[in-house]
Amino acid sequence: METKTKFGNSEGPSRVDGRMKVTGRAKYSAEYSVKGVTYGVLVGSTIAKGTIKTIDTKKAEGAPGVLSVITYLNAPKIPGYQTDAPQPKGALKIFYDNQVYFNGQPIALVVADSFERALFAASLVSATYDKGEHQTNLKANIANGTAPRNGKDYIRGQEDAYKTAPIKIEQEYIIPTEVHNPMELHAIIARWDADDKITVYDKTQGVKSTQRSIAQAFKLPPENVQVTAPFVGGAFGAALRTWPHEIAAVLAAKVVKQPVKLVLSRADMFTSVGYRPHTWQKIGLGATADGKLVGITHEAAGQTSAYEDFTEGVVNISQLMYACPNVNTKYKIVSLNVNTPAPMRGPGEATGAFALESALDELSYAVNIDPIELRVLNYAETDPSSSRPYSSKFLKDAYQLGADKIGWSNRKQQPGSVTESGWLTGYGMGGGLFGAYRGAATVTARMMADGTLILQTAVTDIGPGTGTAMVNIASELMGVPAANIRFDMGDSSLPPSPTQGGSQVTSTVGSAVNDACKELKDKFMQLNGTNEGGSLDFVKILKDHNLPQLEVTTSSKGGAEQGKYAMFSWSVHFMKVLVNPVTGVVKIDKAVSVADCGHVVSPKTARSQIIGGSIMGTGMALMEEAVIDHRYGRLVNNNFGDYHVPVNADIPQVEALFVNKPDPYINPMGAKGMGEIATIGVAAAIANAVYNATGKRVRDLPITPDKLI
Amino acid sequence: MKQFQYIRPATQQNVLDAITKSGTKIIAGGTNLVDLMKRGVTAPDKLVDINHLPLKGITPTKSGLHIGALALNSVVSENALVLQKHPLLSLALKAGASPQLRNMATVGGNMMQRTRCTYFYDTTMPCNKREPGTGCGAMEGYNRMHAIFGASQQCIAVHPSDMCVGLAALDAVVIIAGKKGERRIPFVDFHRLPEDHPETDNHLAKDELIVGVEIPDNNFAKNSYYLKVRDRQSYAFALVSVAAALDISGGLIKQARLAMGGVAHKPWRLYDAEKSLVGKAPTEENFKVAAQIAMQGAKAYEYNAFKLKLAPASISEALKHAAGVV
Repeated sequence: METKTKFGNSEGPSRVDGRMKVTGRAKYSAEYSVKGVTYGVLVGSTIAKGTIKTIDTKKAEGAPGVLSVITYLNAPKIPGYQTDAPQPKGALKIFYDNQVYFNGQPIALVVADSFERALFAASLVSATYDKGEHQTNLKANIANGTAPRNGKDYIRGQEDAYKTAPIKIEQEYIIPTEVHNPMELHAIIARWDADDKITVYDKTQGVKSTQRSIAQAFKLPPENVQVTAPFVGGAFGAALRTWPHEIAAVLAAKVVKQPVKLVLSRADMFTSVGYRPHTWQKIGLGATADGKLVGITHEAAGQTSAYEDFTEGVVNISQLMYACPNVNTKYKIVSLNVNTPAPMRGPGEATGAFALESALDELSYAVNIDPIELRVLNYAETDPSSSRPYSSKFLKDAYQLGADKIGWSNRKQQPGSVTESGWLTGYGMGGGLFGAYRGAATVTARMMADGTLILQTAVTDIGPGTGTAMVNIASELMGVPAANIRFDMGDSSLPPSPTQGGSQVTSTVGSAVNDACKELKDKFMQLNGTNEGGSLDFVKILKDHNLPQLEVTTSSKGGAEQGKYAMFSWSVHFMKVLVNPVTGVVKIDKAVSVADCGHVVSPKTARSQIIGGSIMGTGMALMEEAVIDHRYGRLVNNNFGDYHVPVNADIPQVEALFVNKPDPYINPMGAKGMGEIATIGVAAAIANAVYNATGKRVRDLPITPDKLI
Repeated sequence: MKQFQYIRPATQQNVLDAITKSGTKIIAGGTNLVDLMKRGVTAPDKLVDINHLPLKGITPTKSGLHIGALALNSVVSENALVLQKHPLLSLALKAGASPQLRNMATVGGNMMQRTRCTYFYDTTMPCNKREPGTGCGAMEGYNRMHAIFGASQQCIAVHPSDMCVGLAALDAVVIIAGKKGERRIPFVDFHRLPEDHPETDNHLAKDELIVGVEIPDNNFAKNSYYLKVRDRQSYAFALVSVAAALDISGGLIKQARLAMGGVAHKPWRLYDAEKSLVGKAPTEENFKVAAQIAMQGAKAYEYNAFKLKLAPASISEALKHAAGVV
């Protein structure tokens, strides 16, 4: 089944800001022209642990055009830093003291009248250190892992029941550090408008949360912090929080008394804005000979920084995905001399799904049952963790859709048994889930005299097409053509919306748009004295009542249904791969992803999102790996030449399919999130296909050619 | 980056005069040099732009094909004479970089590009090539991309070019202009091994300019192939690459040329393997024997041991493609 919506066979309206983006009219944070702007460049530490003995800034200060070189020695005190928990616990405090916690940690910020001059002067800053003994090697430090403060081991039924099951799989799986690397570099322009008032143009997934963070750091009333981010060039979780470089730019603007623009370099992106943490996992699966799961044990240890506990739900998927009476999970974090990770698309689940869905595949061969059949055999009809009914789940439909599309019937259960033009050929699948949420948001809906509908809320759009989805929802409800609807967003002065993350924006903000439009329509009906909302002529009613506009501001949030039902989005990914038996090169021949994410509000952008997620998962499976030379505790591939992300030549036509059945409970649209599930399970699908093609099971990503020869 | 002067001398002679001064560097496409300047690996005082010099032509000579030093990689790869006479060179060029880079990069610049060893690029790391005497960061570091042939205690970096591997296999000659006029050296002798001076990549003197390369006519056009094994299908340097060219007549190999990339400080010709193929039938068995011969003297490090297996497999695979026996 292809996507079917009210748009019939067409894919629905195009991206509302697509033309602006491809013609360069969409303005991103670094592109604002701000009068008197100056330029900041960060200088990173060259050791991974220790203290700064000396910093020589003289040469830099004397370089042409330099306005200031800020270090911990001369930085004005940041008021919020004094009241927060003292380092080394909590977010990294920039220019706070002489302590170094990771290699590349900013130790100075050079501000100059041009970017080139700042960059040159930054190269003149030098430091000496008292080096400590750093630890950057996860494997060597797993024994030092600790349970997170709020984390508990999970147990359902019997512990380690897999050990005594008739069929047993016990394996370790490793993912390396993966870096978000959105196309747009993190950038901020900070301008103090008064001593207690500031405007920032900032790359952020949440203008309201950035507003709060800057207000907290500089002890300002939040309304005195204006955050503007109408366009965000990808983020994937890297802009969920306010990072030290943003605080540094605000501080620097205070020091030089001029606006400061700070754009991270690509190398900075590897050490400043988080990453998916290097994680070790062990899975024990026990099953009966006919493939019924008896027990799952899932352990994981992920790296975090020396100053912050970063945790994610790596092992949750094993508690949630399959009907299994006995499940126990353990999760540890390992503190290393690295910067703090951040949620990255499918945080936790994408990591966990690689292990669980690989292990399921291994079990399918052990019991000689088709991998899809095995999953159907262990299909959870109610949430195994809470025993609550699902709000909706059509994952079996998704299995069927994907299997048909990829030609699963051509798959042979015997690994390494099929070749095409000399290349080993295999099929694999892997699935995933992610919690479906609905939070709180407020939307202003305003009908103008000319029939233009303006919608306003603070939410950002990091790329999925939030504006387009919101316009579609409003268009359907109000009967106003999409072209006549304007969606204002990415501005902290607009009504509150959540940060864009966790696949909840369409559900949360969409519901608020829905509710605001309904309320606005009611207001028009009252004005018109009618109960018939079907054919309201908004322009005429405004004119009849001599009104320039009519508006409502509506707050909206989920209700009791969220406690009654277990709500998840589901996905399954299918891959057909070709593996060169001589060189070990893997080519993806076909990629099919199916999402069960309720009603699809914006088919075109939803399809793009699924394709992007599949490609991100392909990078995870085949090439992405940030490598640290542990002798120096320093990354050795912090650039796009050496850190590989997929290019067009690596990716076939990706087929994105949707079950497209509305969820009756989650929200008025029946729509669930899809950003995370687009990636969750992809890496396992590829690893499983590679096994089917070659008989080689790769449990440590990425699957580079050397691992297959 | 450091501020620098930029000049564009009118003639080749003016260029030769300009580059005698220390601190000058020639810039052509700039696809590598600008990166090196941005990273602080190279900090010239003066850039001498040569892009306007009349060195772009691709013309037949009495005994071969002349390719000007400023011919763009993209143009050479699509040139009708190149495709007809030396399809191997076109394949090698297209395996390199990305279309955007090939559209800026020149033949001479490609020859002059420096290693992509990550220790060379990070100025906080030891590197004898960047800063003689500081040590080799890669030797006991992350050396997955590094050499298995011809390395020294000073340096285990590899030359990154694909084009150069093709030209080495095709017995090209480099034409170099200097104050005393032109000299010609075999392409295989242009680049050097690191030995005790890894800071020197090749035998071009400071006051010389590459003006072109010439490929002698040959009988390899029908049976040649360039195989590049890499971590992604475009814009990635070779884990291992192989240029294979065969002259097959009457079911026997009359001549063979083999060169590898991603394995040494220079394009690595496999002379003994070539010799072993002469007079033999183009069969998989013979190719495998040649591949084993080619591996004599190979030495791996912690992260690149896979090349000891990947290299011979790739040699034999490239030969099969060249011979059309796949």
